[in-house]
Amino acid sequence: MEFLQHLLSILIWLPIVGGALLIAIGDDNDVASRRAGLMRTAALAVSVATFLVSVVLYVGFDNAATGMQFVEKNAWISSLNVFYYLGVDGISAPLILLTTFITPLVVITSWNTIKNRPAQYFAAFLILEGLMIGVFAALDALLFYVFWEAMLIPMFLIIGVWGGKRRIYATLKFFLYTFLGSVLLLVAFIYLYAQTGSFDLFGFMDAPLTLAAQKWIFIAFLLAFAVKVPMWPVHTWLPDAHVEAPTGGSVILAAIMLKMGGYGFVRLSLPIVPDGSEYFAGMMIALSLIAVVYISFVALMQKDMKKLIAYSSIAHMGFVTLGLFILWSFDGTSGAVLGITGGMVQMVSHGLISGAMFLCVGVLYDRVHSREIAAYGGVANTMPIFAAFMVLFSMANSGLPGTSGFVGEFMVIVASFKANFWYAFFVATILILGAAYTLWMVKRVLYGEVANDKVAAMKDLNSREFMVLAILAISVLILGLWPAPLIDLMSVTIEQLVEQVGRTKL
Amino acid sequence: MNWMDYLVAAPEIVMLGLICAVLIADLFIQDEHRVRTYWLSMLALLVLLLVLVWTGQSGSRVIFSGSYISDPLSQILKISAVIFVAISFQYSRDYLRANEIHRGEFYVLGLIGLLGMMIMMSANSLLTVYLGLETLALSLYALVAIDRNNVNSTEAAMKYFILGAIASGCLLYGISWIYGVTGSLQFTEIAAVLSADPSLNSLPLWFGLAFLIVGIGFKFGAVPFHMWLPDVYQGARTPVTLYLSTAPKLAALAMFLRILVDGLDGLHDTWAAMIMVIGVLSLLVGNFVAIAQSNIKRMLGYSTIAHVGFILLALFCGSEEGNAAALFYTLTYIVAAAGSFGIVILLSRRGYDAENLADFKGLNARSPWFAMMMMFLMFSLAGVPPFIGFFGKLAVISPVIDAGYVELAVLMVLASVVGAYYYLRVIWYMYFEEAEDKAVLQASTDTRVILSLNSLAVLALGIVPGSLLALCVRILG
Repeated sequence: MEFLQHLLSILIWLPIVGGALLIAIGDDNDVASRRAGLMRTAALAVSVATFLVSVVLYVGFDNAATGMQFVEKNAWISSLNVFYYLGVDGISAPLILLTTFITPLVVITSWNTIKNRPAQYFAAFLILEGLMIGVFAALDALLFYVFWEAMLIPMFLIIGVWGGKRRIYATLKFFLYTFLGSVLLLVAFIYLYAQTGSFDLFGFMDAPLTLAAQKWIFIAFLLAFAVKVPMWPVHTWLPDAHVEAPTGGSVILAAIMLKMGGYGFVRLSLPIVPDGSEYFAGMMIALSLIAVVYISFVALMQKDMKKLIAYSSIAHMGFVTLGLFILWSFDGTSGAVLGITGGMVQMVSHGLISGAMFLCVGVLYDRVHSREIAAYGGVANTMPIFAAFMVLFSMANSGLPGTSGFVGEFMVIVASFKANFWYAFFVATILILGAAYTLWMVKRVLYGEVANDKVAAMKDLNSREFMVLAILAISVLILGLWPAPLIDLMSVTIEQLVEQVGRTKL
Repeated sequence: MNWMDYLVAAPEIVMLGLICAVLIADLFIQDEHRVRTYWLSMLALLVLLLVLVWTGQSGSRVIFSGSYISDPLSQILKISAVIFVAISFQYSRDYLRANEIHRGEFYVLGLIGLLGMMIMMSANSLLTVYLGLETLALSLYALVAIDRNNVNSTEAAMKYFILGAIASGCLLYGISWIYGVTGSLQFTEIAAVLSADPSLNSLPLWFGLAFLIVGIGFKFGAVPFHMWLPDVYQGARTPVTLYLSTAPKLAALAMFLRILVDGLDGLHDTWAAMIMVIGVLSLLVGNFVAIAQSNIKRMLGYSTIAHVGFILLALFCGSEEGNAAALFYTLTYIVAAAGSFGIVILLSRRGYDAENLADFKGLNARSPWFAMMMMFLMFSLAGVPPFIGFFGKLAVISPVIDAGYVELAVLMVLASVVGAYYYLRVIWYMYFEEAEDKAVLQASTDTRVILSLNSLAVLALGIVPGSLLALCVRILG
């Protein structure tokens, strides 16, 4: 079928063209005007249509097949041997689905809360969606890099135009930090291009490389991906960006953009420089454990809700990197497969949970205009339905069995237990620390006496907010109780990956 | 020597005739109808473009006793130069009219400068290069001073003239040393002499080479010969800055390729070391000093220096890919530079030059469309994909790594991160700040359309960069 052959192109370009269309419709700062209504409807229609196309992708995806599916390959820049080369496998498909799933929710959340230039706002999100899907689908290194960098532009504007008080500082820090991390990625790509003669990622994977070259390439990759994940100690942009970004921006940042780093490790670092990755695995494990333990303590001390969730994101992403890099600590492959699967499940689940947590803070912020924990108290008395959702997501964030947060964390803990008792010992502290910082925040915000008049005047969720949170709550529960579809989606690819990484390139 | 030779040089000959015609016609045009000179100049450029396309050929022809060459390189450079001169005339017209400096001399000098550039692009001997260079430089000095009542302009013109005269002197001195050692002024002969007798590759020749590089470095505005550039960019009226920052860069590139690559390729190891030092210094000084600027013309001046660093580092490799990358980079740079200065002109109005960065505050509220266009241009200059500037950087870094200088490539990308800051600042002012000046932009429809096309070109070329890059590779491959 013609349509299926271009499915990935449609997924990438539909939202980008839709975003351009919104800019063409034009802005109207009066949210009640007809033009603004038309524009919002168009934004929602485009994002939902993209989601439906991705459902077709899911249905058409063959779990048992190895290699790439829905491949598209056309010459792009012939003199540099660059191809417009797209494809998905079990690693990228779940992340593409996560992207198309979260974006419509963001559109609904921002429905009429954005009063300043809403068309540009929604256009930025749609274009960002297309570019993020492009990152996950690109199989040509240069195409990957173009999407990877281009993604910064809409996010830069989202934080800078619609963010909080210190938005300019936060967005410049975000842009320059990530730009600095990724330019070395470009150098590494061009170096590999000089070795192999093309930018084909599979060509990179097959190229023999000396250990010295692999170490340098790994470091270049690490700088780009560690900033995105973000790993300790290059995480400092994230709390600023999260705090200052508008709710929708925080959601996309936490739910999808952070996953780019983990995806980069899986897609590029492990298969292209397996020996370099093995060489640095110890360091990566140490950094992951520091992220989990130390950042959890930092999260415990936060007074700002968004900052607390941002630090919690860093700690949870530590699980992902740990799951990926304990690969070499096993004799057989089953432990490695378990670790990577756990990391991947954790990425998807964290995408849903952290997105939901930021939405909850957004709901509170829309009513009281404060992110300080101290400005709240006893919200459960005035907003009982909201309180139920927030408690659910907080439980998921602490890894309560039955929620999606449990599945990935449990898999990574079991895998690390097989690898080394002390890894498991340290990483399992998140079950206590995570519960401590999340539930302590819940206690201070939701329970107790009604703290002040503003809290007393709060109205419970409207139907729009209810719908978004309910959709997320259902998906968190489904993935927690029945994660098999997600795991089946990626198991073949991960086994193949582990086998590939096990082969030395020296 | 036969009449066919004149046909090869037809573009320059036609150009000279047209300049005389425009100059004479301008005498009979009254001040209130000065726009007719503009239309005549545009007509002249159109005729020239047709002649260039008509005389285009695939091979190379050397005429006038070996001092003039017509080849695909000169062809593409001339066509681009004509287009960018036309664009700068277009952007300038309304500004000059509003500021009452709408004189015929602007167009005539611009056309004479173009003639000089064309001579440089077709030069096959050191003397022809020098002739073209002086024709260009003299008209540029006068152009910078075109608003003679403006203190900044006259000061800039004076600085430019004095430093330019010194640089020309250096160049001429270097030429005499080269001539003394090799006994020829023609590039092909110089190259032949050098390859026949390697013992010539010694100190006297290097001495002359160093002076040639001073002249070339000055024309490019490369550090340490860049002192004139920020002052002239800031002091000149914005249309002149626009003119300066576009087509003459192509002429400087031609000068480099003709002298150092066609003529003195045998000395590559010697000049490459100098060019690398100059290139790295330009990259660092340009990017770091640009951060501190509050005047956008000056900031773009320093940014030019940084971009020149990239161009020189591509040429430094000495490979065909490197030269093709330099051509590609220069073209992509001037597309973005023309657009940026076009927007600076667009923001100006009668008696008011919008030349401070602060004038860009809140542009998104005043004109979302042109704010977006400026954003495209800034991201392109910063080298962020999917804009064409990124592919320029890619094309340049690739031969540098191929030549084995990975550390240099790392330095180049890190410098571009520094550079990103000041381009982002323009975007920050346009999008994140409130407007101080709420005046509505005034521009004629044709300016709006061409400026939009110019700015959209950096995006369109970034999405499909293949054919332009392939063209550059074919010409210099």
